[in-house]
Amino acid sequence: MNALTKISNFLMTPAMKMVMIVAALLFPFVASNEYQIYVMALAFVWAIAVYGMNIITGLCGQLNLAHGGFFAIGAYTLAILTVDHGWAFWPAFIAAGAVGALLGFLVGVISLRLKEHYFAIFTLCVGFIIYLLLDKWEELTHGALGIINIPAPSGFGLVDFTETTPFYYLALAFMVLSIWLASRIAHSLLGRTFLAIRISDDLAASLGINLMRNKVLAFVLSTTYASVAGALYAGMVRFIGPAEAEVTHTFDMITYLLVGGIGTLMGPLLGTLAITWLTQSLQFLEEYRMIVFGPMLVVLVIFFPKGVVGSFLAWRGRRLAAAHDANTAKQAAVSKTSTDKTPATSTQEAGNHA
Amino acid sequence: MELFFQQVLNGLTLGSIYGLVALGLTLVYGILHVPNFAHGALYMVGAYVSYITMVDFGVNYWVAMLLAAVAVAVLAVLCERLVFNPLRDAPPIHDKIAAIGIMLFLEALVQMQWGAEFRRMPTPYTEILDIAGMTIPAQRVLIIAGAFSLMAVLHLFLKKTMTGSTIVAMAQNREGAFLVGIDANRVAMMTFAISGALAAVGATLFAPINLVYPAMGHLLIMKAFVIIILGGMGSIPGAIVGGLIIGFAEAFGGFYISTDYKDIIAFALLVVILSIKPTGLFSKGVH
Repeated sequence: MNALTKISNFLMTPAMKMVMIVAALLFPFVASNEYQIYVMALAFVWAIAVYGMNIITGLCGQLNLAHGGFFAIGAYTLAILTVDHGWAFWPAFIAAGAVGALLGFLVGVISLRLKEHYFAIFTLCVGFIIYLLLDKWEELTHGALGIINIPAPSGFGLVDFTETTPFYYLALAFMVLSIWLASRIAHSLLGRTFLAIRISDDLAASLGINLMRNKVLAFVLSTTYASVAGALYAGMVRFIGPAEAEVTHTFDMITYLLVGGIGTLMGPLLGTLAITWLTQSLQFLEEYRMIVFGPMLVVLVIFFPKGVVGSFLAWRGRRLAAAHDANTAKQAAVSKTSTDKTPATSTQEAGNHA
Repeated sequence: MELFFQQVLNGLTLGSIYGLVALGLTLVYGILHVPNFAHGALYMVGAYVSYITMVDFGVNYWVAMLLAAVAVAVLAVLCERLVFNPLRDAPPIHDKIAAIGIMLFLEALVQMQWGAEFRRMPTPYTEILDIAGMTIPAQRVLIIAGAFSLMAVLHLFLKKTMTGSTIVAMAQNREGAFLVGIDANRVAMMTFAISGALAAVGATLFAPINLVYPAMGHLLIMKAFVIIILGGMGSIPGAIVGGLIIGFAEAFGGFYISTDYKDIIAFALLVVILSIKPTGLFSKGVH
């Protein structure tokens, strides 16, 4: 067993998750300035939304291009309830998730009757309708001005979430919760059902899976994730505008998902963190980052459609399979020597090298 | 009554441009089953090529249009060769993401090169015609005439020439087309070239009464998708009829209902129609 195998085995163990959580907990102490903590917290908030997208697009195979719109719906619900109606943060936060789920249900019931391209185009249009409504419906959304002075999450007098570091831990907690939930879903019968639908609609239906009900469920789960992330975002940034619903946010999230590994558990997190920090280091490119990301998307889907995590899992799978083959070959060789009583060092060696 | 005819004219102008752009989209979809999200970016690049050649190099309007058509056709063929061809056997979700990647790249590139500001494209046809008591800007007449004659030429090309028939054959039945010896690569490249050229001509016709900016293709491509869903994906008459439906709906909706929500009409129409009939208005068979 060489070092590479050991490392790859370690990455798969539960201890690795502990290492990651400890690293995340320690990050504010090693960060060189507050800005880095802020960027990291923002990346966590986006990662929650990307996990939502992973459920409908990664597990269930439906490319939802309205995801950024639902993110904005969560942010606006929170902002409107707290600023215009004087709600406290946490009730408004729960309401934001509920509104995201409800609207997701309504949109899902209509849009999921469509398949593949039709679904993608339809959701693209839904995203645009959301943007236009946020921009034009001034009585409700304050129009193009956006909403300012959104309260930060209330810490019940114990912590002050207007500070960056406490908010960082809040975002971290929500993200860990989201990943845990996503992992429970992915490993449950429900997750397997979604996977079956992704692989083939017709085969899934022939297994007795209710396509519509499961797709709508996946869609509602994903929009709830998106709107919860949006609500957290509003509580963090404290001002929002119609630009939150722009389709570029959806495309950003697709990039995160694709880089990390679509349909994998840790992919969305890794992709979001990697691209966020890449963007930070390419700050001079901020407006033109798509010059890099556009071709990167194309290259990824052509050459590495599984992303970082997916490629790693595939590579590990191949190695394990090869090791397994070598082992069986070795055993076969050993049993052969014991019956034939002939020296078989050469075959054994070949087995070791394979 | 005069206002009513003015709206008819507006609807016709919008509809003919929408139809032209949707035609390119539907042709590509018919052949490769790729929803080309980058089509709006090709339209935008076409507008910029015309603008730059006209303003910076003083080229004649029609020559600029021709140059734009050629440039965008080449660009579209490059996209097909470098991106869509390698993805031919990939799951459908990959084509869409790659197309989005191309779109993002082209927009960012144009914005870096020429900035995000709005530009007005010059046109030699600025006079206002007066026909039967109606005032009609000459450019609008040019748009309607140009778009419909281009559609007619395309129709003749597809129906009357051998090369055109190969495109139709491939759209109708892929395996059948291979059996009779049609070269899939050649047809795919040709289809992308035609669709790019249509987008560039549409952009050059429409930009003088609109504006030129990097995001100009966004709304148009979404409306074009609405149109080809309405008209049945891959259907050529469907794209033209669908374009006119959306054009008229917008002209009248914008005038009689609300200009603020004019752009939402197309999408609302799509939502309503797909809620009732998930396969689109004119589609044949199931998808």
